[in-house]
Amino acid sequence: MKTQNVIQVEGLTKMFGDFTAVNAITFEVKKGEIFGFLGANGAGKTTAMKMLIGISSPTSGLAKVAGFDVYKETESIKKNIGYMSQKFALYDDLTVKENITFFGGIYGLSKKQINQKRSELVEELGLVDVTNSLVSSLPLGWKQKLAFSVSLIHNPKIVFLDEPTGGVDPITRRQFWEMIYNAAHKGTTIFVTTHYMDEAEYCDRVSIMVNGKIEALDTPKKLKEQYKTDSMNDVFLKLARG
Amino acid sequence: MKRFVGFIKKEFYHIFRDRRSLFILFGMPIAQILLFGFAITNEINNVDIAVLDQAKDATSKEIINKIAASKHFSIIDIIEQESSIEAIFKKGKVKAVLQFDNNFGSNLIKYQQTTVQILIDATDPNMASTINNYITAILKNYQSDINDNVTLNYQIIPKSRMVYNAELKSVYMFVPGVMTVILMLVSAMMTSISITREKEQGTMEILLVSPLKPFQVIIGKVFPYIFLSVINALVIVLLSIFVFNVPVNGSFILLGFESVLFIITSLALGILISTISATQQTAMMISLMGLMLPTILLSGFIFPISSMPLPLQVISNIIPAKWFIIIVKGIMLKGVGIGFILKETLILVVMTMVFIGISVKKYKIRLE
Repeated sequence: MKTQNVIQVEGLTKMFGDFTAVNAITFEVKKGEIFGFLGANGAGKTTAMKMLIGISSPTSGLAKVAGFDVYKETESIKKNIGYMSQKFALYDDLTVKENITFFGGIYGLSKKQINQKRSELVEELGLVDVTNSLVSSLPLGWKQKLAFSVSLIHNPKIVFLDEPTGGVDPITRRQFWEMIYNAAHKGTTIFVTTHYMDEAEYCDRVSIMVNGKIEALDTPKKLKEQYKTDSMNDVFLKLARG
Repeated sequence: MKRFVGFIKKEFYHIFRDRRSLFILFGMPIAQILLFGFAITNEINNVDIAVLDQAKDATSKEIINKIAASKHFSIIDIIEQESSIEAIFKKGKVKAVLQFDNNFGSNLIKYQQTTVQILIDATDPNMASTINNYITAILKNYQSDINDNVTLNYQIIPKSRMVYNAELKSVYMFVPGVMTVILMLVSAMMTSISITREKEQGTMEILLVSPLKPFQVIIGKVFPYIFLSVINALVIVLLSIFVFNVPVNGSFILLGFESVLFIITSLALGILISTISATQQTAMMISLMGLMLPTILLSGFIFPISSMPLPLQVISNIIPAKWFIIIVKGIMLKGVGIGFILKETLILVVMTMVFIGISVKKYKIRLE
């Protein structure tokens, strides 16, 4: 049943000099799961994520993403994952259409595939009227939804979302999570970091990182039982305060 | 390759949609070369002078005619008494007064030696010494004319000839300098800004997570600027030839190759700057203060390196622009071939490789 795990991490560690940013973390993520990766600022979640997406090399430990080794097969990993960062990351001075074409292009999609994806995408997001407008003219919520769709353009096995809903209003966040559910439903694994504890409740399972270590990992329901509270927020506070 | 083409297309969108960068790219070179060529100049034209001719003999008249005929001076006043000299200077009407004594011509015949008084308004010392040089040159010229007809000649006449820029045209000096500054500015500053912009926007991360390799990203970012810089170099050379009549005495192709080399040097510097700066502002400040100032001041573009204090002379050696200016002057004005500028070319090649090496190293550290 190992094939069901799209991310497999064992004792993954990252040191910067004497400082241990990520301390021997171990976990696995199942196919189609929405995995919440929580932690305070500086807890090491961004560093851990960077190792998984192949732009930072681990100090020790093992990790496989989409079946590929994070030491030797980063190129294959990159082809099989999507990524959306906390900073909104499309080009403001390109149109919606040009952005889709560009990102489709760098993931090696053919012209035909790009055209097809593009019409699907603008249709779904309701952006048909603004296809040829500059992205800078769109409201933030639309941009973020577009960025998410673009990160899925090459049908990745896993999509990594680094605080994707920062600075977005509650309604858009809600819609955003609907998109995440849709993608997960279609079999894409979602690996998401967030500050919002209410969002943690939407995840199938969450891990909470404190000072480089994973201190808790379970479904939100079980975590709340374990820490005898009724909100993820309290679970988080109890852990973070030690 | 298809990915790469898409990437470059995107870069051109960025450039052509940003009015500011478009202006820096194309407005600035033209503005600069015209400014340096026309306005900021060391040569003098139509300087107003006055003449006090007390001799009124054949020789003095001939000299006055010669000066009047030169395009550098126009005689706007003939004064009669020595006392009016001060008044005319005070009014600021003229920059210089030429005074011929009563015995000017007779002395020349009697003693084969005579003097002429040149009074110059030295409130602008540079201008004054230029005027002095020009008038002296005209006098020397006349002197050699008359000596041709004389069999006995006790005078030693210094024969100096201005080589490469016989008319001492300042635009000859400025063209290589402006070309260097502009290529440096466009290549280094624009690339460093455009790479840091990706970092600031967070798109750099997206690109690094994509299957594009880091070096493909960087080459994709700089490629459009190579292309645009070559066009810029061409515009500058064409402007120099057709507007300022500066010749290209050497090989056009060699000039082209050397320009591309210098563009790559500057791009490498731009990449280096982008690896050490996190924001566009930082990149711009480093480019302006760290590159532009030394390029203008220490490259020999405006101030001659030989008259700098020794420490600055030593520092000037690490300024790539210094070597490129020597190359461009060599090719354009002296018409030399690769053999004469081999050392300078090699220095630029080595510098480029060092810059690229450091950038690659820095880039890798950053990825860690």
